[in-house]
Amino acid sequence: MSDLRELYQEVIFDHNRNPRNSGRPAKVDRSSEGFNPLCGDRLTLYIGFGEDGRISHTGFEGQGCAISTASASLMTEALKGKTEAEAEALFQQFHALVMGTSEIDPALLGKLQVLAGVQEFPARVKCATLAWHTLHAALHGEQQVSTE
Amino acid sequence: MNHPDLQIKQTQLNLDAIRSQFPILHRQVHDRPLVYLDNAATCQKPHVVIEAEKHYYEYLNANIHRGVHRLSQEATDAYEASRESVRAFLNAPQTEDLIFTRGTTEAINLVAQSWGRANLKPGDEILVTHMEHHSNIVPWQLVCEQTGAVLIPIPIDDHGVLDLDAYASLLSPKTKMVGIVHVSNALGTVNPVAQMIQQAHAVGALVLVDGAQAVSHLPVDVQALDCDFYTFSAHKLYGPTGVGVLYGRHALLEQMPPWQGGGDMISIVRFSGSKWNHLPYKFEAGTPNIAGGVALKAAIDYVNEIGLETIAAHEADLLDYATEQAHAFPGLRIIGEAPGKVSILSFVMEGIHPHDIGTILDMEGVAIRTGHHCAMPVMERYKIPATARASFALYNTHAEVDALFHALMRVQKMFRG
Repeated sequence: MSDLRELYQEVIFDHNRNPRNSGRPAKVDRSSEGFNPLCGDRLTLYIGFGEDGRISHTGFEGQGCAISTASASLMTEALKGKTEAEAEALFQQFHALVMGTSEIDPALLGKLQVLAGVQEFPARVKCATLAWHTLHAALHGEQQVSTE
Repeated sequence: MNHPDLQIKQTQLNLDAIRSQFPILHRQVHDRPLVYLDNAATCQKPHVVIEAEKHYYEYLNANIHRGVHRLSQEATDAYEASRESVRAFLNAPQTEDLIFTRGTTEAINLVAQSWGRANLKPGDEILVTHMEHHSNIVPWQLVCEQTGAVLIPIPIDDHGVLDLDAYASLLSPKTKMVGIVHVSNALGTVNPVAQMIQQAHAVGALVLVDGAQAVSHLPVDVQALDCDFYTFSAHKLYGPTGVGVLYGRHALLEQMPPWQGGGDMISIVRFSGSKWNHLPYKFEAGTPNIAGGVALKAAIDYVNEIGLETIAAHEADLLDYATEQAHAFPGLRIIGEAPGKVSILSFVMEGIHPHDIGTILDMEGVAIRTGHHCAMPVMERYKIPATARASFALYNTHAEVDALFHALMRVQKMFRG
């Protein structure tokens, strides 16, 4: 049972109930659609850049489980103020966090670390990474991405 | 412990005896007793089936239909005896009308590619129900692309019942094939296939019935149904994975060209041209899953010994018990409430995604399926991304239904705080 509480932390329930940056933001420069064929979850991610080249607007639409919704919500918060290169680096860090594959930088990940519990639930890793793969696709100019 | 023989007369299952025959039911998951409610995905295997496969490899293993040596003959006999037990199980007219495949999916692809490519023309119509598994949709889409035929869905209503008026009006001389799932894996609906077959035949269309979800729950008689093709998978009938069956009307199978080429499906091979083997071998290229085929007989014998009527009565009782609790459960909505259903309970919970339900239940030892169940059009029809699905088999108990709802309470507590 302790594993289950590791996965479903209060922060995750909070972001699932009240997702931040839900919907299309006022400024959109990049968008991409992510799809998880395993559970049928869909997510559209929007990103807008400020004049300084940093991400100023983020938003997402779609339907998903608590893990995928919370992950998208936390991600869109974390992205604000980041350059493209920093966003890409965060994607790599998040991937390492949920896969448990390499060293992570806790300072970089910050609040996103509440999703570390996903490591123990291999069937749910794709839920946590759907938003992030969609981000990766948006940064690389791809319109659609599937986690399969 | 009662022998299963006695239970036929009792028409009530001795569940302790039954459960003792399934080794996997004794294992633990996350330190809790396994409550296996994912039977619509695949059933667990009784000891006699596992033993049959083991016995084949330990005592009979040889390639079939080709050796003069003793082992090859015995392996061939065992494999062909299984075909005969399938014939009796479906009440097919002759054993040669039964083709062994890898599963239902391959059986449907066989018909779509062999019959479909030879017979379909641009503008011809294929009807399938809106509640088909992807395996009875996509093979037809592929052959439609190849031939110019058109695939048309037969609509379903809010309860998961086929719209038979719509079906009647969709049928026309342009209809060449109707694909019907006998029992819906996502909704549990039992479709009125006999009547639908009559209607299809009246306009000259053939009917393929996908029986993957049906054969473990209700007796099937392909002659009484008068279907042209019937398919099922062994693993949903307490048998091994990797084995399926295609029954086809003899005259159709005779006319159909081979699908895959290779060994066993030929009578003569020359570079100037080859001749095909007779039925059923024309459609059985290459060395098949012999051990699985042999073990399928053990599965059929096992089910027959208990009796499908007895199994169906027990499962109906479990479904009633579960449905009652589901109706009383706050925020839970059943997806699929057809009057005629097998023991499949598909549901959604308000504000809680099925995937989260599945993970939390798993930690309680309760195995259910969550997702679109390879029936995305059904999900689209009800405007939901996925459902949670509990499906019951002959070895499930009332206590396991209670465990399911106890675990669902925990889900709700976690999510509602």
